Amino acid sequence: MSTEALRATDITKNFGSISALSGISLHVNKGEVLGILGDNGAGKSTLMKIITGYHKPSSGQMFINGEAVSLNSVDHARSLGIECVYQDLALINTLPIYHNMFLNRELRNSFGMLDHKAMRKRAAAALDDIGVTVPSVDDEVALLSGGQRQAIAIARAVYSNAKILLLDEPLAAMGAREAGLIIDLIQRQRARGDISIIMIMHNYAQTLEIADRVMMMQRGTVTFEGAAKDTSVEALLDIVRREYRAMRAAAQ
Amino acid sequence: MSASALTFRQRSRKIFALREASIVVVAILLFVYFASVNGNFLTTPNLETLSQFIAPPAIIACGEVFLLICGEIDLSVGQVFALAPFVMAFSVHAGLGIGVGIVLAIVVSALVGLINGAITVLLKVPSFVTTLGTLFLINGFTLTISRGYPINTPGGQTIANIFGAAGYNEFLWALLIVAIMHMVLRHRRWGLHTIAVGGNLTGATEAGINAARIKIGNFMLTSMLGGITGILEAFRIGSTDPLAGGTNIMFLAVASGVIGGTSLAGGSGTIIGGLIGATVLGVLQDGFTLQGINAFTFDMIIGGAILIAMIANIHVGRLNRGGRS
Repeated sequence: MSTEALRATDITKNFGSISALSGISLHVNKGEVLGILGDNGAGKSTLMKIITGYHKPSSGQMFINGEAVSLNSVDHARSLGIECVYQDLALINTLPIYHNMFLNRELRNSFGMLDHKAMRKRAAAALDDIGVTVPSVDDEVALLSGGQRQAIAIARAVYSNAKILLLDEPLAAMGAREAGLIIDLIQRQRARGDISIIMIMHNYAQTLEIADRVMMMQRGTVTFEGAAKDTSVEALLDIVRREYRAMRAAAQ
Repeated sequence: MSASALTFRQRSRKIFALREASIVVVAILLFVYFASVNGNFLTTPNLETLSQFIAPPAIIACGEVFLLICGEIDLSVGQVFALAPFVMAFSVHAGLGIGVGIVLAIVVSALVGLINGAITVLLKVPSFVTTLGTLFLINGFTLTISRGYPINTPGGQTIANIFGAAGYNEFLWALLIVAIMHMVLRHRRWGLHTIAVGGNLTGATEAGINAARIKIGNFMLTSMLGGITGILEAFRIGSTDPLAGGTNIMFLAVASGVIGGTSLAGGSGTIIGGLIGATVLGVLQDGFTLQGINAFTFDMIIGGAILIAMIANIHVGRLNRGGRS
């Protein structure tokens, strides 16, 4: 039905003698939201850092739009349209929203001076377009709520032409109203059809609500993968429990 | 844009404006006070002296403000202040022109900044410790090459006048440097990235900003400004002293920045504020000297003023960030 934006096959990653990922495969289609669930230490962050070009995999292959790629750096991944919104959001509290929107991609006039006016205008237009409401783009980010900050960070990634957008726990430590705001924002991006979204999540119910497809990771392997509508929180928890029982049995 | 949102924005702006305006008010009040209690305060000779009190810390404060914003500090800048004019003088003694001497002095100053920056950023030693080390190191070096004695500053009277000996010239140099550094902070990527690095180091790095380059660059900038100030002062006084500058000028510069509203926690600050801070300290120093106040008492007053300014800095800053520490 839809075309594949990203595919990773048999990704492994060892840190010295420790194996963080032992043969992970995943794919995400254009306009699809993939939710990745898993406990701490399951390897989600490592996988994320491989996709963003921060880590090199020990083995395995990545394809973007069907073409094999070997990512050299975060900048390289970015040039291919892979953008990541980290949990710390990479926002600068003491700078206004419009400077944050253009951080390290500032607009300048012909004298090399910052074009504050153009950045202000374009940031406001971009936020409007993406559907993020803020009182003023001149506000310092420190004045915003957690949800607004998350929205700004996502908007920045989308505005910088993200094709594959990675979100690291986009709803962490957020109240229901704020989470609703971000869920709306994510769904609007999906509706555009040209962006693929990979979310690292902790909350099962929220993941099933937002994601098209769910992948569960445990101890560096994939223990479940399937359409969100075909599974339930209970079914996913069953898999987790089964894994733990197996782990305990193996330890004895 | 809703009405309530606008008032919130206006309120946050007002607090910020208040913070800078309050220092200007303090400067004006002090000025008016000393002008009214001492008939000599508003005379041309005294105003020239006052401008010479203000200029050196105002120039060095430009560098310290950049460093404080990106989360660092330079304690050794006062020793570079003493070293640079010796480099210039020895270059002239070696037969090089005074122009070459000035350039060499600034290059050596930049080198000190490079060392400060490299040790801090690449070897991960806190800048407080790095520059404390280079403070002693450079001080010893300057005393060694000068054998501990002051020498006459080379060059004729004309060149000395241009570089600060005549009238308000040193202050004009300070204003020029303040104008340039203000422009760099507010209208160049360098300034914006300096704020970003100090505001959120991880975030700035994730956005692809080379934090090491920014920090090392600001160490070099501060050292160069320290060297330039040392040269201006050597021309003004006519003598090049291995014990000139030192921790005194460094602390005045840092205090100027902080009194002017630069955050000790990094991430925000203003160059204009640094100039106003230096003015407040200069007016205090000049005014109390005219009043014949004892030097020991004067230190207590300056110390108290700095403490009040630092306390205000931390708490007004928190207010400005909407209550978040």
